[in-house]
Amino acid sequence: MSSADAAVEKGAEEEPTLELGVETADLAAVPLRVDGLEKQFGGITAVDGATFEVERGTITGLIGPNGAGKSTTFNLITGFHRPDAGAVYFDGDDVTEDSPHTLARKGLVRTFQIARELSEMTVMENMMLAPKGQSGEQLWRSVLPWTRGGVRAQESENLERTWRTLEFFELDHLWNEYAGNLSGGQRKLLEMARVLMTDPQVVLLDEPLAGVNPSLEKRLLEHLHELTDLGYTFLIVEHDMDVIMQHCEHVIVMHQGRVLAEGTPADIRDNEEVIDAYLGDDL
Amino acid sequence: MSGGSDPGSGPDSEASSGGDAQSDPPSDADPASADDPLTRVRESDVSLIVGGFLALYLGYVLVGIVAGLSPRGIFATVTQLTLLIAIYAMLTLSLNLHWGYTGLFNIGIVGFMAVGGYTFLMLTMQVAEPGVRSAGGLGLPFVVGLAGAVVAAAVLGFVVGLPSLRLRADYLAITTIAMAEIVRYFYQSNAFQQVELFGMSLGTGGGSGLVGDSTTPFDRYVYEAGWSEGLVDFLDETFRISGTLGPPIETLFDAIVLLVVVAGFYWLLKRTGGSPFGRVLKAIREDEDVANALGKDTGRFKMKSFMLGCALMGLAGALYVYFQLGNTVNPTVFRPRLTFFVWVALILGGAGSNTGSVLGAALFVGILFRGPLYVKNAVENIVAFPDSPATVAGALGGLLSLDPVPFLAFLFDNMGSLRIILLGVVLIVLMKRRPQGLLGHRKETAAAVPLVPTETTATGGLTPGSEGPEATDGGEPGGGGERP
Ligand SMILES: Nc1ncnc2c1ncn2[C@@H]1O[C@H](COP(=O)(O)OP(=O)(O)O)[C@@H](O)[C@H]1O
Ligand SMILES: [Mg+2]
Repeated sequence: MSSADAAVEKGAEEEPTLELGVETADLAAVPLRVDGLEKQFGGITAVDGATFEVERGTITGLIGPNGAGKSTTFNLITGFHRPDAGAVYFDGDDVTEDSPHTLARKGLVRTFQIARELSEMTVMENMMLAPKGQSGEQLWRSVLPWTRGGVRAQESENLERTWRTLEFFELDHLWNEYAGNLSGGQRKLLEMARVLMTDPQVVLLDEPLAGVNPSLEKRLLEHLHELTDLGYTFLIVEHDMDVIMQHCEHVIVMHQGRVLAEGTPADIRDNEEVIDAYLGDDL
Repeated sequence: MSGGSDPGSGPDSEASSGGDAQSDPPSDADPASADDPLTRVRESDVSLIVGGFLALYLGYVLVGIVAGLSPRGIFATVTQLTLLIAIYAMLTLSLNLHWGYTGLFNIGIVGFMAVGGYTFLMLTMQVAEPGVRSAGGLGLPFVVGLAGAVVAAAVLGFVVGLPSLRLRADYLAITTIAMAEIVRYFYQSNAFQQVELFGMSLGTGGGSGLVGDSTTPFDRYVYEAGWSEGLVDFLDETFRISGTLGPPIETLFDAIVLLVVVAGFYWLLKRTGGSPFGRVLKAIREDEDVANALGKDTGRFKMKSFMLGCALMGLAGALYVYFQLGNTVNPTVFRPRLTFFVWVALILGGAGSNTGSVLGAALFVGILFRGPLYVKNAVENIVAFPDSPATVAGALGGLLSLDPVPFLAFLFDNMGSLRIILLGVVLIVLMKRRPQGLLGHRKETAAAVPLVPTETTATGGLTPGSEGPEATDGGEPGGGGERP
């Protein structure tokens, strides 16, 4: 770990070039809005009329006890589950019926609570999968000899960006390792790095810091702040209250499938209902 | 990690990846040799295949010499063997695209072959007047027949894939196996045995199948074409082992043609697999949800992969009919066990590896499928066994009285059936000892440019490996226009 400091320095130097940023000028101030989302599984009501907004350029925390319906809400927003009622708006458009890949191409992406690395692919392949608009994903372009030049050029571009991202996440030495051989924390990092490679606007992170070592966690959070300055928006599920209190501009508290309270971290800390329902004497 | 000074040139990552040391050796720090590892891997792939084939041939020749088989007989056996290996290699490569790359569980291979084979014959057979005893075809050229086979199998793939690819993986398995049986019963039934259309007698031939022109490919395309009489005469002189230019040389011609086709399959699938397209297929195999979450329309990718594989299986079916079955076909050829054999070949070689697929086909045909029969012939050429006992009891009875001859005689007499048992045993051992197959679990990396890090600057900045000679034919970044 003697190199950690050097890496921090290096990362700090390179960060401005790491991502391109989001053109925010002509975009809505509220990129993501959910309205009365409901979802039942058999007899269980997992999400029961959740309504909230996420403002552009913020890190918004989504908290609540286990089983509150946070992950299910993520699934409903990103098209992995169909809501029984309610709607999801992204950039002002109703995207409730959109499939996950359509949403991802529009710039709304998510990570999974349990890291889902592509185990039998190398770290590098995992990363190179993510960028949008890859011409080489058209079969004929990849196969025919006279169309491969463009594909190659684009791959080189993406590769360069991948190296920088991997370096930032301290995964570069593992580039040729099967993703399945990574540790739990490294998998979480890989998933986060991968999702950032898609040039997203709004990123939903489901417990991204579980298993990540403290020094890297600190850097990641700093990085998230830099990204929000560039116009990225994050909705983040996290159990570590200190992280939520220190890093989120806005906090949404879910309980039994509903939004129990929302506001600034200070509001939430002082909210009697939240303390009763969830925080207990943690604070 | 070792800070910025030496990232990525990972001896450490190599060490921790255990058994994968044979693939993708780390690059040297010297950027000039950046393409070396890849060239090496590519070369070693080809040399693996060539080496495997040579070892197999050597085994056959040695056994033949020891057993005193005639050179002509050995030659005939080896060319026959090559022909069959080539057909299996095509099928295994196609299945590898489905299963090894995309995770599509296709157990109806034989159905796509059947459609390819039948379509080919129905297109290329000579036109028959109404009223003749058996159905004719449309009299179209050979190449049109092959194209028809490819298209027909791809369309069938589309029809099968449309309802089942969107569902859970096991639905595809059920649909494909059902399709293969339906196809076989369709060709077997006499509903379309012979119909008259536009003054021609067409049809599937029903239970008795179809019989095309029996001129061998060699005769048609080399001998009768007359473009290479000198060559033919030369071969005739050289290989005149029993008087005339016989079947072995024709089979040799067939085998060479088919090996060229296998090379084409290999090239196409290697290129497909090692591309951004192939990368998405791999991701679908690993976790379709993730691919979806990253913006890939997985349904479309699965359909493309499925149809491409089916089309290639159809082509293999047509070539099987033409080269192996002597331009005839009947429904009993396409029994489900053929599908099973292709799966064994793939598992043997290692799903996910194109090189493994070819080697798996060679090992399956050479050792498991044809090997036992060849050994039987060889042994019987040396020792004359007494009449074998009719029952297992008879065979084992001899063993009890310490006389192995009845047992061995029984063994050799039933070699045809016993090799299926051998197949089962090999499968079980393989599953237990090496479930990834001989060459499975290899990093046949999917990317259009080498991913190897080439150069590390003092500040730790990495440049992509594509700055090497590989990129010189890259042209201008035309792909950039695709970005939204
Ligand atoms: N796919 C599913 N099938 C059935 N029940 C589910 C499913 N997903 C979540 N649930 C249930 O919905 C409730 C909310 O779960 P979840 O959204 O995972 O909560 P959280 O992420 O806040 O811990 C839980 O009671 C859980 O058991
Ligand atoms: Mg959860």
